[in-house]
Amino acid sequence: MAFGPHLLLAVLEGLVTAAVLSLTALGLSLVFGVMRIVNVAHGEFFMLGAVLAWAVANALGGHPALGFVAALVIAPLIVGAVAWLAERLVLSRLKYNPESTIVATIGLLYVIQQLALTFYGPEARPVAPPFSYRLSLPWFGYSAYKLSIIAAAALLLIATWLVLTRTKIGLTMRATQYDSETAQAFGIPVGRVYAGVFALGAMLAALAAVLIVPISQAHYLMGQDPLLLSFIVVIIGGLGSLRGTVVAAVLIGVSDGVVSMFFSPTLAKMIATLAVALVLVFRPQGLFGTAPR
Amino acid sequence: MSDGAVLAVSGLDAFYGEVQVLYGLDLTLRRGEVLCLLGRNGAGKTTTLKAIMGLVPAAAGSIRLEGRELTGLPAHEVPKAGIAYVPQGRRLFAEMTVAENIEIGLMARKKGASVREAVLDLFPLLRQRWKQRSGTLSGGEQQMLAMARALCLEPKVLLLDEPTEGLMPSMIAKIRETVGKLREQGVSTILVEQRVDAVLPVADRVAFIENGRNRETVGVDVLRADPSAVKRYVGVG
Ligand SMILES: Nc1ncnc2c1ncn2[C@@H]1O[C@H](COP(=O)(O)OP(=O)(O)OP(=O)(O)O)[C@@H](O)[C@H]1O
Ligand SMILES: [Mg+2]
Repeated sequence: MAFGPHLLLAVLEGLVTAAVLSLTALGLSLVFGVMRIVNVAHGEFFMLGAVLAWAVANALGGHPALGFVAALVIAPLIVGAVAWLAERLVLSRLKYNPESTIVATIGLLYVIQQLALTFYGPEARPVAPPFSYRLSLPWFGYSAYKLSIIAAAALLLIATWLVLTRTKIGLTMRATQYDSETAQAFGIPVGRVYAGVFALGAMLAALAAVLIVPISQAHYLMGQDPLLLSFIVVIIGGLGSLRGTVVAAVLIGVSDGVVSMFFSPTLAKMIATLAVALVLVFRPQGLFGTAPR
Repeated sequence: MSDGAVLAVSGLDAFYGEVQVLYGLDLTLRRGEVLCLLGRNGAGKTTTLKAIMGLVPAAAGSIRLEGRELTGLPAHEVPKAGIAYVPQGRRLFAEMTVAENIEIGLMARKKGASVREAVLDLFPLLRQRWKQRSGTLSGGEQQMLAMARALCLEPKVLLLDEPTEGLMPSMIAKIRETVGKLREQGVSTILVEQRVDAVLPVADRVAFIENGRNRETVGVDVLRADPSAVKRYVGVG
């Protein structure tokens, strides 16, 4: 293959990574932004989404599209409910203390992981893609499903942005983020907002996982990479900045795709780590974050 | 409610962690009056207002709005009962626009466009600043917005914590005038101030707070005739 098409393929692969990563990282960023909680269990919500997607698709049988669509709805809802419960039962009782919540979410990480191992097992299992159409470009064929991941992620990001900036729910969330005490003085039930945000963050990770599971596989340890990459994206993009999260995810995803294809995946990881280090040294608030007030 | 009290605080204790700040505080706000809280820095004025709003838990005592006990309510239910709060230092949602701050005020008690227009008629300047980020408003404009945001609740009781702090005289006059207008509309107000000359023109009664305990409460005419109480509790005459 010539260099041009080869690069195009690498960029496409990178954009798929970026799509899934931006959704996952957005969830992490929202939770930190509004609640000031570092959710170490975020990757496990991703894993749970993928495992539940397999379970739903498997239980339903029939045409792959049917199982996939059902998984796309049911898996995030269950994951959201689990996150909501964890918030009400654990995090709220710790009064959102930064140190205690880190320890608590580490605990949550192991609980979810071990439950997945117990009930789902150590195997990696695929979920059939909803359609297996291949787009034939002049130089190579490319999975239409992968392109649809990019489109779906873009739609979900736009929807999240609209909710945050244009609706009363978004206004309530932002008020809670800026000043939770004053928010309460204006009738905003900040406890419920926190539970909702935590559930929403987990659901974004679960959605990303359902989208990716037809081209990767569901496995009980699959949450670690997305967690690490989400932290990288959130640090580079700037915490709480939706735009920064998307830009950083595209940056990391595409450079990962290109560098992995032309050089090696290890070099891609090294570059991402170097980027984090540089950002931390020269612009600790991230590319699009605002300096702490 | 016997003497027309709209808000009655009695025997209120409040703590920050282990540290007690309020000791058996009593306050009675009569319907339609402006009651001023006066006291030194750290006397517990802000804490009193926060306790009324449920933001600092009441360890003992009762807070009744028109006879309804508020101390058991979660903090976000207190504004819905009809108490609006203008915090010390304004505490606007600085990253949001003027419009969004007003919207949050309106949402608290599900008020609509008519309330918004009535409030903006009190502070017409805010209309010109509608899409501006509230953190970039001048100090006086921010205070107007903080009051406007609170008035969007159409409150029975308004709590104002040092609204004139750091403002120039013309702005202070404007705030004072607004408090007077609200009294005419039947809003009962608790006004926290540092300086007695700022409150004499608008207040009906003055309650002195010292070290988290309330001392005497006197009518403004009494205070005008004999300002010695001010010297005693606030240290300036
Ligand atoms: N969040 C807090 N944590 C611990 N102590 C506090 C807190 N807020 C206030 N205090 C203490 O409670 C006491 C009363 O404070 P408060 O803010 O109610 O005083 P104030 O009368 O409003 O004073 P000022 O006129 O300076 O605003 C002070 O001793 C203060 O140090
Ligand atoms: Mg104060």
